[in-house]
Amino acid sequence: MNNVAVIDYGMGNLHSVAKAMESLCKDVRVDVTSDAGRILAADRIIFPGVGAIRDCMAEIRRLGIDTIVSEAVRQGKPVLAICVGMQALMDSSEENGHVDCLGLLPGTVKRFGGDQGLLDADGNRLKVPHMGWNCVQQRRSHPLWQGIADNSRFYFVHSYFVAPDDTSQVAGATEYGHEFAAALSKDSLFAVQFHPEKSQHSGLQLLNNFLHWNGTGSTN
Amino acid sequence: MALAKRIIPCLDCDKGRVVKGVKFLDIRDAGDPVEIAKRYSDAGADEITFLDITASSEGRETTVKTVEAIASQVFIPLTVGGGIRTLEDIRTMLNAGADKVSINTAAVTNPEFVREAAQRFGSQCIVVAVDAKKVSAEGEADRWEIFTHGGRKSTGLDAIDWVRRMVDYGAGEILLTSMDRDGTKIGFDLALNRAVSEAVDVPVIASGGVGNLQHLVDGVLEGGADAVLAASIFHFGEFSIPQAKQFMAEQGITMRLDIN
Repeated sequence: MNNVAVIDYGMGNLHSVAKAMESLCKDVRVDVTSDAGRILAADRIIFPGVGAIRDCMAEIRRLGIDTIVSEAVRQGKPVLAICVGMQALMDSSEENGHVDCLGLLPGTVKRFGGDQGLLDADGNRLKVPHMGWNCVQQRRSHPLWQGIADNSRFYFVHSYFVAPDDTSQVAGATEYGHEFAAALSKDSLFAVQFHPEKSQHSGLQLLNNFLHWNGTGSTN
Repeated sequence: MALAKRIIPCLDCDKGRVVKGVKFLDIRDAGDPVEIAKRYSDAGADEITFLDITASSEGRETTVKTVEAIASQVFIPLTVGGGIRTLEDIRTMLNAGADKVSINTAAVTNPEFVREAAQRFGSQCIVVAVDAKKVSAEGEADRWEIFTHGGRKSTGLDAIDWVRRMVDYGAGEILLTSMDRDGTKIGFDLALNRAVSEAVDVPVIASGGVGNLQHLVDGVLEGGADAVLAASIFHFGEFSIPQAKQFMAEQGITMRLDIN
């Protein structure tokens, strides 16, 4: 049995990611939980998140699960962070003024456009949130990209993006007004800004790769 | 390599059944929203919108089950609208597997509801649906007002002021329907679309009036829409989603063509 814990801290739609994984593989058991013991007992961990980062971080701290992800990574357990889950891994976010995050990966979370607005290469104004299907350029080979063509489209919905200090951690990049990190990887941790559970075939392939990943093979 | 424009088929459902008729030639049960949603997703729809027109509360429980069933089988974004009036309604739909909810009448009767909803659940899942109708006379500058009750009841609210206010309150997307064009098949109200798209920073979904594929193109290129929503042209099999995407791509619009 392949045991997956989806960290539940009361933020957002966890049904989809659980259902997506259950649709992929018969012997998967998904446990949606905020219990630290159950999370660390799983074979692999999904760290999701939607909504405002301040509320997310407050709930993570209230539930006492702010050290879970780093502990799991220390144990070499595969961890997949999604959307605000990815942003929460960074040092801090400029959303809601300034919010201190988990600090697992060096870098910050910034807003698209700022006061000047966001423009494409032809000078056209771009909408924020960045919402819809955009291409992800794979920056290096990784077990989670297996079977997914380079530049495949994934579904994004976010107004803030991750700016990592260490660009060698960028596993995938996307262009929206400027380039930003669509995927980061470090050891047994993989983080994506897009929603694999909503990205049809490419997203399901990534989740399937995650279900079969042993946490190694990252090339950095 | 840019963000793709989206095609969103819309399913109008009453007590868990798709109404307004869906006439795929090769479908087992033309009223089953789960089967239809799956069919559209397989064909390359970029999102699905599920509009609940059920009046009774018992019927609404069926809706929740239907949303759960769709979300268990269809792995593209799902928006649920119709009768969303309380934070509890939103929570119920998100827990059932919806990614976004669309708020229409409740936004007009209580605009603060949109603010509370966006604060609680995040702007990314709050779509405000706007039904607008042209009220300016011939020769006057264009002006549109917000209508409710299927376009029968005027609210006196100026459409452009209204969408700005809704975005200010936290709406993450605007679903814009022209009540003058809805059901006419003569194309979107492009002036309305452009005015709304220029007024706000968030994505705008154009709806109401699509009769052919050129209308979809016009909605994006002239109306400035980020997504186009259509029901009947797809339901009745006049055009398929791959055909629509191909046509739009040929006119220079970035589309998600390769869904594998």
